[in-house]
Parts: sequence; C-alpha cells; structure tokens
Amino acid sequence: MIKKNSINKEKIVDLISIEKSFDQVKAVNNVCLGINEGEFFSLLGPSGCGKTTLLRIIAGFEKPENGDVFINGKNVNFVAPNNRPTNMVFQNYAIFPHLNVSENVGYGLRNTNFSKDQILKKIDGALELVGLKGYNKRASSALSGGQRQRVALARALILKPRVLLLDEPLSALDKNLREQMQFELRQLQKSVGITFILVTHDQTEALTMSDRVGVMFNGKVDQVATPEQIYNKPKTKMVAAFIGNMNFFETECKGENSKTITVFHKDLGNFKLFKNNIFGRKNPKLTVGIRPENLKINSKNLKRQSKSFTAKIVEKSFMGDTILFSINLSGNNNNTYISVSDIKNSPNPNIGDEILVTFEEEDVVAYYKE
Amino acid sequence: MKKSNKIFKSIVILFLTFLYAPALLLPIFSFNNSKVIAFPLTGFSTIWFEELFYENTLHNALLNSLVIAISSTILATILGTLVARASTRYIFYGKKISITFILVPLILPEIILGVCLLTVLIQLGLELNLWSVVLGHTLLITPFSTLIMVSAFNNLDISLEEASLDLGMSSLQTFRIIILPMVSPGLISSLLIGFVISLDEFIIAFFLTGVEPTLPVYIWSQFRFPAKLPSTMALGTILLIVSLILVSLFEYFRRKMELYNN
Repeated sequence: MIKKNSINKEKIVDLISIEKSFDQVKAVNNVCLGINEGEFFSLLGPSGCGKTTLLRIIAGFEKPENGDVFINGKNVNFVAPNNRPTNMVFQNYAIFPHLNVSENVGYGLRNTNFSKDQILKKIDGALELVGLKGYNKRASSALSGGQRQRVALARALILKPRVLLLDEPLSALDKNLREQMQFELRQLQKSVGITFILVTHDQTEALTMSDRVGVMFNGKVDQVATPEQIYNKPKTKMVAAFIGNMNFFETECKGENSKTITVFHKDLGNFKLFKNNIFGRKNPKLTVGIRPENLKINSKNLKRQSKSFTAKIVEKSFMGDTILFSINLSGNNNNTYISVSDIKNSPNPNIGDEILVTFEEEDVVAYYKE
Repeated sequence: MKKSNKIFKSIVILFLTFLYAPALLLPIFSFNNSKVIAFPLTGFSTIWFEELFYENTLHNALLNSLVIAISSTILATILGTLVARASTRYIFYGKKISITFILVPLILPEIILGVCLLTVLIQLGLELNLWSVVLGHTLLITPFSTLIMVSAFNNLDISLEEASLDLGMSSLQTFRIIILPMVSPGLISSLLIGFVISLDEFIIAFFLTGVEPTLPVYIWSQFRFPAKLPSTMALGTILLIVSLILVSLFEYFRRKMELYNN
C-alpha cells in the first residue's frame, strides 16, 4: 500500500487505500477520498454499500485492515476515538437517558479544564445554536425526535471538532421535520464553519445539502463531485441509475471522430454522443442514458442538434407539479419515461396517442459495456 | 370456547392453592397460642415471635446467614457482571462453551453440587467454615447474576458507549458514568435475587457449614424439638415476608430495566 507522510494541507480528512472486511465481505474496498476543510460532504449510497463503515473508520470505531486515515494532516491510524478531533451524531442520537439535556450537552466538557461557569455558558451557547434555549433541565426522555437530534448536535458541536460526522441523522424524522432540519443543518454548517461529513441513503438530502457528494456502491466510491455534476454527468451506470430517474438504451457504435461517437439504436436511430459524456473502458457496445426531463414531447422549435423519434403513450401519471408519460419502445423491456414539468405550456397527449419525442444530443450520457 | 375457559380457570385456581396454601399455614399457626400445630386454632398470640428474641443460637445463625448472603451475592454479582460484559461485547474463542459451563449450576442438583464441593474442600485440606459456604453460594448464584446482567447489557445500546468515547471520555470513565448507571437496575435485581437464594439455601449450606449453622440449617435442627415448632413457624413467617418483599423489589427493578430500553 501507498505510505504517505506529508499530505495536502487543505484536506481536513484524507483516506488512502482504505480496506475493511466483515466476515470475508469487503465493506470498504480500496477507498481513497479527500475531504476539504469547511465543506459539507455527503456519502451517498444504498444500504450496505459501506458508507457507515467508512464514517466509523474516520471516527475511529472501526480499524481498517489496510490504508491510512489522515485527519488535519496527521496519521490517526492508532489514535482512539476519544483523542480524534472528530465528533459524531449517531443515527439514533445516543442521548444518555439518565442525564438531562444540560448534562448531555456538557458531557464532553467533563474532561476539560473549563470552570463551572464557563461550562454553563458554553452549554447555554450550544443550546441556543441548535434552537433549544432554556431546555437545560429537561429530562432526555421528555424530548421529541427532532429535539433529541438537536441535543445530539449541540453535544457534538460544543467540543468544536474539526470534523462533524453525521450518521443518517435525519432518517428517523418524519418528512416535514426532515426537510426543515435539512435546511437548518445546512445553515448551521455555514455559520459554524466546521467540516460536516454526512452519511445518507436519501439522494435528495445529499443533493440539496452538500457542497460535494461521494456516491458509494459495494464498498467503492464511484464518483465524487458537486451535486450538479453527479446529477448531470454521472460517471458510472450505477450512479446514473441511483440518482434520479434515468432511461437507459442499449446502442452500438457506428462511427467515431475526434469529439463524438455515432451510435445506433433501433428506435432512436443514429445519433451522436459527445466524448466527454462517455465513461468507462472502450467497447463497441454502449449503454446510453437520458433523463426523463430531457425527453420532450412535440417540441415545436427544434434546435439544430435535436434528434427525434416517434412513440406511443402507454401510461400517464399526474404527480402534481409534473406529469410522467410512459412510452414503450420495441427494443426496450422497460418503459421509457418522459417527465413534463411545465404543464401549462406543454402539449398534453393522452394514453394511446402517437407522439414525436425529441432530445438534445448534448444531454445524453453513455457508458461503455463492461 | 366457554367450557375450555372454565377448565383453564379451575386449573389455575388448583395450582395456586397447592402453591400457596401450605405457605399460608405458616402465619396462621405462628399466631396461634397452642404448642400443638393442629386445627382448631385456640387463640391469638405473639408469644412465639417474642420467644425468638431470646434464642441466642438463632441470632448467631441469622448473623451467619447474613454474612454469607451478602458476601456471596456481591461476589456472584461481580462475576456475573464480568461474564455478561464479556459475552455481550466481545467475540473470543470458546465463548459459548464457557458461558454454558458457568450456567451449569442452574440445572445441576444442589445435592450433587454440595457433595462435590465438600469432597474438593476436604481433599484440599481446607477447613469448613462460613467462607466455604460463601464459595458454594457464589457458585450457585453466579448463573442467576450472569443471566440478569446479560439481559441488562443486551438492553444497553452500544452507541451510548461509542458516543461517550467519541466525546472524549476514557473507557473507564465511560463505564463509570454511562454503563454502570444504565445497568444499575440489573445490578440491584441481581443483588436482591442472590440474597434471597442464599438466605434460604439449605443443601449446600448443610454440607459445607462447619460448626456455625446458617438460618435454614438452624431451622432444620430445631425440628427435632416439638416444643420449638411454633417459634420456628414464627421465624418462617418473618422469612416469608422478607423474601416476598425482596422478590417484589427484584421484579420492580427488572421491569425498570426493561423500560430503560425504550
């Protein structure tokens, strides 16, 4: 494995070739990942992809079999969790049930040299930060889910960690509260300026809150990028399928020039792919991905690069702010979806109607077959 | 449906009668003013309880029993806590088999246990005294303590420990400030049940006691004197009440422990 002693100072957390197995199953498989000082970083992936294990490796609760963990430029492979400049908000919040709110929030200050007055002031400050001013004497059993989470946040932030680790902190909350907390967490992170690393399986959460997102599958990080890049240019087919909706088409390469590859699909015909939208190792067979919102129905002002094909609508579902049309293409087992969000100004065909579907070649991403 | 309900009801009533009727005789006869243990009752009296105050051998036996019960209960609870902690938090070779062997005294007949212990102690050339009984009772109570503490530790969310470590506390501090208070209902349950088991244990105490009898051994020896029977029943009444109180307390703390989990 690579051993490094001096590393990039801007990276607050640097993971180098991390490997960890449980019962011969690789939970984390050769992960290299750098997290910038002060950013809101999300680890996103389906359950069992190793994201929580990776977070626990950063916290020090799991020992990797291989690789190095650097925090703030220092190798912490042999540093216990209580001596790392990280604090964690646990999935179930892990509020100490026999201590009240103040005792929970001030827990980490017991080992510090602050005076009693200073500690009380710090507790008040931390509670105010998370919007729980005056809750000092409240029993922890008398807290709601959202309040428990705020206490867990205050308890971790009061120690001014370099990195705050959050393990699915919003998954136990109901939808409205979750959306409110997403917003508040983001605000909080901006105001305290501490690096946040959030683990989540909820793509909306990751995309709306984060500066950068790392998408994990089967113990590997497939892509690390900004939410926009992740959504618009997913680097692997798995990322493309996991984030948002994606229509996939199997195509064959028909020709190539310096910037584009021309492919053929039975229903879509010949069209061009831009090489910076194609990922993977070269292969004559390519899987092409087009997002439902990038397929347009009967668009009147066709751009120069627009491609079009005809299809029959087999299903139509009204979702409030959007309408989702399903069309069936002969070469595809799955339905292809078209999403229309500008309902007022768009054509509104019915089930069974024959329609003209257009798309821009620059919106198409593609993956070489493995 | 209704018929089977009636049958079940009468089974329960029969069962409870056979279980508790003999125990009820104890207080009834201990307040009777006759030396003969038989119906009809002749009159109310507390004389048998008063008599207990003047029995020096009884007081010594009670003291012996208390020393044994307290020592063996504390020892067994410490051992049980260590076993439970090891079995719930760590993975090691031979874990299942060693836990099984620790629990064996639960199913082993006490008389076998008593004879075996006696043989071992004599072979080792050790004197039989209070401490040999403490040893025997510790062996007997440890399985109970282990089972109670395993459930206490199982109810304990591991993320609480991790949170404490994460917030900068050492393992020892975490044990003292977080784990111990959280499993304290379990500890109290274990102490109470151990105390009750030791206090009324006869067979092992009978084998291992030297010249200092425990309370049950004393009671057994009193049955040789018919005149002592009523005051022995009075003693039995007191023991019954104390045991009931301790077991109720045990149940209270056991339920509290389960509530902690939610």
